[in-house]
Amino acid sequence: MSTPQIEIQLIAAVVAVACAIPGVFLVLRKMALISDAISHSILPGIVLGFFLTHDLNSPWLILLAALMGVITVVLVEFIQKTGLVKEDTAIGLVFPALFSIGVLMISRNASDVHMDVDAVLLGELAFAPFDRLLIGGVDLGPKSLWVMGIILLITMGLLWAFFKELKVSTFDAGLSAALGFSPMVLHYGLMSVSSITVVGAFDAVGAILVVALMIAPAATAYLLTHDLKKMLWLSIIFGISAAIGGYWLAHLLDASIAGSITAVLGFIFLLVYWFAPNKGIIAVFYRKRQQRIEVSLLTFLLHLNNHQEESERHINHLNEHINWQKVRSEAVVKLALENNMITVEDQLVSLTDKGKEFTDLALEYIITNKDEHIEHLKKDFFLFRG
Amino acid sequence: MSLGEYFELLFTDYTLGVITLGTAVLGAVTGMLGSFAVLRKQSLLGDAISHAALPGIALAFLFTGAKDSNVLLIGALISGLLGAFWIRGMVKNTHLKSDTALGLVLSLFFGLGMLLLTYIQKLPNANQAGLDKYLFGQAATLVAQDVWIMVAITAVSLFILLLFWKEFKLLLFDADYTKTLGFNTRFIDSLITFFIVIAIVIGLQTVGVVLMSAMLLAPAAAARQWTNTLTVMLGLAAFFAAFSGVYGTAISATQSNLSTGPVIVLVAAFFVLISFVFSPGRGLLFREIRFQKNRRELELKKTLQFMYSIAKTHEDISHPHAVKILNNFQGFTKKTLQQMVDKKWVTLNGAMWSMTALGYEEAENLYSQT
Repeated sequence: MSTPQIEIQLIAAVVAVACAIPGVFLVLRKMALISDAISHSILPGIVLGFFLTHDLNSPWLILLAALMGVITVVLVEFIQKTGLVKEDTAIGLVFPALFSIGVLMISRNASDVHMDVDAVLLGELAFAPFDRLLIGGVDLGPKSLWVMGIILLITMGLLWAFFKELKVSTFDAGLSAALGFSPMVLHYGLMSVSSITVVGAFDAVGAILVVALMIAPAATAYLLTHDLKKMLWLSIIFGISAAIGGYWLAHLLDASIAGSITAVLGFIFLLVYWFAPNKGIIAVFYRKRQQRIEVSLLTFLLHLNNHQEESERHINHLNEHINWQKVRSEAVVKLALENNMITVEDQLVSLTDKGKEFTDLALEYIITNKDEHIEHLKKDFFLFRG
Repeated sequence: MSLGEYFELLFTDYTLGVITLGTAVLGAVTGMLGSFAVLRKQSLLGDAISHAALPGIALAFLFTGAKDSNVLLIGALISGLLGAFWIRGMVKNTHLKSDTALGLVLSLFFGLGMLLLTYIQKLPNANQAGLDKYLFGQAATLVAQDVWIMVAITAVSLFILLLFWKEFKLLLFDADYTKTLGFNTRFIDSLITFFIVIAIVIGLQTVGVVLMSAMLLAPAAAARQWTNTLTVMLGLAAFFAAFSGVYGTAISATQSNLSTGPVIVLVAAFFVLISFVFSPGRGLLFREIRFQKNRRELELKKTLQFMYSIAKTHEDISHPHAVKILNNFQGFTKKTLQQMVDKKWVTLNGAMWSMTALGYEEAENLYSQT
């Protein structure tokens, strides 16, 4: 690996981590789309800042553009408060308008601004190592690495200092206000950090892929854990692996680095989405099927409990009476037999003592609808599922 | 070329006529279908879908090598639908919320699309130029055939819209009731989503992937401010969108270096701004005026109540009192006193006021509920 290659991967990884941290909180606060809005609407701020400073990595430009991000949030909240439109519409109105202004500013002054619209959407990670930070003639490494590194350090410092406040206000805004941590201050603090991160990362990965780097690692981690600290660590790991994996994919295809980082993020998400142990699609479908059979079993036992007459308990009658398909009836009868809930004699089904006890308890649950009745039920009557 | 000349040319120049007709039709159909998105609180679905259409365009180009916009748009349609239904599946099957699902589909699909686009750009294939226009839209690339397809799609969707009108309306405002009536809500829901995707896909060429969502929801959000009737809202949204389309295209065509998409979006945003401020029913301006009026009315009543409490203690309710004694009461100004005289609640005689029988009765009934 050559030095620029290592530097590109380093920048990508730093950007990924810096995005993943605020991203976790945005996803948890159901504000994921705010990152989309911010990443678009900072564009006029960046162009304006560029006119003033003529340097894409100038701290003034970053602050100006980040201010634009906070203004977006304020504007969205203002429109929302008027009650004229719903929240999502408010977001959807504000950022395209601001983004359009930015795009027009670029295309009108194309000769003055050394940015084109593609770069806005995609970033130029491949060129990042060539813009060096020189102080007194000494080469200190790529500028964007310094910019993102400082942003990452600030983010981590703030996260460390305000972790418990953030945690409380994310999960229980009311409690947080009662304890004296203003949710308002934390909200705007988070928005400011997100805006600054988006602006810093914008140069490297572009407007839309910032959104991917913020949301995707957090969403992937959220499918795997419900522990905030674990979620933070997992999303950082996902972010870094996507950054490095994406670089090599781009190398292989000779395509946009930012695009392939997103593709890798998508691939990781898809994997977890399908195969996550508890929340994955496969696990969910399996659990739903089990629950369906359990409910069927209960219905079946209740039916037996209600009917003493033989005609109702005849095994052939079950199909038509409970209106199940044949396969399902067989599965349920088998499950009940395995659990010693019923006995079958001469094609007549009857409840055993255990089955009777189970049914009575279940009936009590249905009548009272209180969870404490059903919780121990599964434990006491260990069910062998089909 | 100035705007005036442009509009004069419209009637003589064939190409300009085609483009104008195209943007007008596009506006009308997106405005109509966008109203459904806004009312269903799915405004940002359009944003996600339009971004999700990008990999479809790139893949359609990769597989067929065709530059024909219809083939590419079919690719966009497929990947847009895939995105839309994946969002639904994600919200239904996991605990991820809809905002996360939208953001994920938006950014992941778009990233994949950009990866493919940059990959295509490096292929030794002369045809590749022109895919870029799908990012920000170039109305100038519309040809007559595109416009006819737009008209056909609009006609079909209008027909189906009318066919399922009551179902759509019912689902829009009361989904549970629709279900209890026995309508297949999943089918109707999918149908609406399908049409929203179609509206987005046909707009991609003109407005572009990035800004298509605004085209969908800005006219609808503006129209919503002027009416509470669905039919009127659809009509207004269609008109706003068609006007933004035509006028935006005109501006972008008469200036150099202006993409169509952003200009159209800004024209539409202007409509939204006007509607937010000046709409008589819901607008901020009239709301503030109403608010002030109510407050003044309330203060008038407060003064009346105070006068009543004084007049009550006298046998003759019209016994004159000095205006001065009202001074320690805040709701009172010279103007309010004059208003009360106009309402015949009190009479003024120099520096003295006295209550009339009408004012007394009014004050007496101030707090009664009848």
